[in-house]
Amino acid sequence: MDAFLLQFLNGLDKGGAYALIALGLTLAFGTLGIVNFAHGALFMLGAFVAVSVNKLLTLEKVVLDPTRKTPWGEPVEIRTPYVETWLGDFGRFLVDWSVPVSIIAVIPVMLLIGVVMERGLIRHFYRRPHADQILVTFGLAIVLQEIVKHFFGANPIPQSAPAMFAGSADVGALFGLPPGTLVYPWWRLIYFLFAALVIAIVFAFLQFTTWGMVVRAGMRDRETVGLLGINIRRRFTTVFGIAAIVAGLAGAMYTPILPPDYHMGMEFLVLSFVVVVVGGMGSLPGAVLAGFLLGVLQSFSSMTEVKAILPGIDQIIIYLIAVIVLLTRPRGLLGRKGVMED
Amino acid sequence: MRNDKLIINRRQLIRGAAGGAALSVPILHFVREAYAEQYCNMPTGKEVVLGFNVPQTGAYADEGADELRAFKLAVKHLNGEGDGGMLNTFKPSALKGNGVLGKKVAFVTGDTQTKSDAARASAKRMIEKDKAIMISGGSSSGVAIAVQSLCQDMGVIFMAGLTHSNDTTGKDKRKHGFRHFFNTEMTGAALAPVLAKEYGTDRKAYHLTADYTWGWSQEGSIKKYTEALGWKTVKAVRTPLGAGDFSQYLTPVLNSGADVLVLNHYGKDMVNSLTQAVQFGMRDKQVNGKQFQIVVPLFSRLMAQGAGEAIKGIYGSTNWNWQMTDEASKAFVKSFGKEYGFPPSQAAQTCYVQTILYANACEMAGTFAPAGVIKALEGFKFDGLGNGPTEYRAADHQCFKDVLVVKGKEKPASKYDLLEVVDITPRSKVEYEAKMLGGDLGPVNMKPC
Repeated sequence: MDAFLLQFLNGLDKGGAYALIALGLTLAFGTLGIVNFAHGALFMLGAFVAVSVNKLLTLEKVVLDPTRKTPWGEPVEIRTPYVETWLGDFGRFLVDWSVPVSIIAVIPVMLLIGVVMERGLIRHFYRRPHADQILVTFGLAIVLQEIVKHFFGANPIPQSAPAMFAGSADVGALFGLPPGTLVYPWWRLIYFLFAALVIAIVFAFLQFTTWGMVVRAGMRDRETVGLLGINIRRRFTTVFGIAAIVAGLAGAMYTPILPPDYHMGMEFLVLSFVVVVVGGMGSLPGAVLAGFLLGVLQSFSSMTEVKAILPGIDQIIIYLIAVIVLLTRPRGLLGRKGVMED
Repeated sequence: MRNDKLIINRRQLIRGAAGGAALSVPILHFVREAYAEQYCNMPTGKEVVLGFNVPQTGAYADEGADELRAFKLAVKHLNGEGDGGMLNTFKPSALKGNGVLGKKVAFVTGDTQTKSDAARASAKRMIEKDKAIMISGGSSSGVAIAVQSLCQDMGVIFMAGLTHSNDTTGKDKRKHGFRHFFNTEMTGAALAPVLAKEYGTDRKAYHLTADYTWGWSQEGSIKKYTEALGWKTVKAVRTPLGAGDFSQYLTPVLNSGADVLVLNHYGKDMVNSLTQAVQFGMRDKQVNGKQFQIVVPLFSRLMAQGAGEAIKGIYGSTNWNWQMTDEASKAFVKSFGKEYGFPPSQAAQTCYVQTILYANACEMAGTFAPAGVIKALEGFKFDGLGNGPTEYRAADHQCFKDVLVVKGKEKPASKYDLLEVVDITPRSKVEYEAKMLGGDLGPVNMKPC
């Protein structure tokens, strides 16, 4: 029972990341018709915005101590973070909460990156074949990765969750299990809740605002909306920015779970594309449903009992499901009729 | 009528002998050079080219960058520049500080990308195009084995950098390949007694293992030595390289009944799996009435930096640590620190040492020919390169020396002060019969490339 619940929770937090990335991918595909292979890089950039915020908050004043020498004969450096010197306890709080605080920076930075990407490059490929779009966005992803590697190095840079969320929650107690039987990291639970919140906000925005209604209309019939005199292009640019923000938020909040490195986006990108295909190309609810579904299935497939029957199943389960869905229901679980079926 | 019989008087004989001797000098010289040209990339100009093949991109790029720094420093010291580093402490040394065999040392670099095929292509380019006579580097056993095999086929020497799998000098060993770094067999022999002393002999271990040659080798060695001391292995699970999120592999550990988790991971995988294991509260857990423990058999300071707080108190082993207090280590740290502003990693130390050892072997042999260099390295005993008395065993081209067992430092004094040496296991306790790991060195390859 506890092993089952643990894997279920694992699936939820992993599914949260898949769902957030897939949501952005689907937004871009559904509105702009673009297959964006640089979307994983946006996830990575969001993570590195969090890293940058942490680095800024931990900028240190360096004083040389001439009385002490390093083994190579130079004076020892004494480092004190500026923010702690200036703000005292509040400064220490900011450093401790640097990951959640980074959200304030992630939103404008990712919006800017998204808009510049769409205006500067992506829009020139709207009318080009999907193969061209994939090539150019894949190339862009590599460029972005190499830029990040140049400035931050190739090794993962660990980020800490706030101290109050550093440990594990006794989830088992909620189900009447003895204390300590089922513990789960606090931050992973928070990540799942955060993912659910972001998804809810995006859906509410699209569902309950006029702006969102126009975007949804544009997703269904771009030409008709344009004929009504609405500047759909500008709205779609903003949609691309929103997709970038969602990916960036997903990346920033994921940093305490997975120390970010320049390559982290690629690892998620491939899986997220499978999620989009399974959910249905262009279907937002489909992306979310498939994200959580595949996350949970992937976790269950790695249970010892499952692997004893089907060795290696954890490595192929996602692709196996994608193959089954494509064979039996090419439009995906919640895809629109006709999409990917011709 | 002339007499056809050959009549040689004493004067003619002496004259002929003197003429013959005078002629023989250039002829013999010509013959010797003609023979010498039979090996790959014989240096003919004023320079000798070495090829440094390190990961400049990919997950181990930072480690590769440190290896490259060490190679450059070694070249500098060999050419008589800088403060000389460990050339001042190395003994017995045939090096003169004027390059190697009077030729200035030059180098070319390649990018392995931590992929065997890319590493082979890059090494081949350095041998064929840049005329490199020796290849060194690498941060992965898969890469090292692939490049070692290529060097054997092409007839150049391979001085392995960071490679820890038994196979490099075991079943995949080659006559042209030499390894200074230690291996998983030595890690197992050195680490297991310390683990038994610290955590007791009644322990149940769960292994998570990187699914490639090094991971399998490490898992096998740790199992062998811990089980011999009474530990039981509950389960060993293989994880794909670069899995990123290990939560799905970590959660079964919590309910397995194991009270020790052994992470046979390196690099990014180690950083991620260790960080996540700590997040899952494993270090705060009590199982079987004992405190749950995590072990990372192979440590690297660069990786410890990546793992941050999670590394504190974790046991492992390392080939070398910059805080060693012997004169050679101090000389190297001083030289490296002055040049780059921070201490060297274990990868840097092994690469520096390998370059020095190769150059010294050429001087000892009086030639760059692989046959001579191999003969000089086989069985070579030396000291003053940071690991104490060391021997390049002739039977498998593996260096034998003391092994360091380390622990993540609880209270680091600086961002480089991450490891604490808890035990120095003497060579005698980590040595094994060469035939135990199998393999065959094969012949010397003196064919031109």
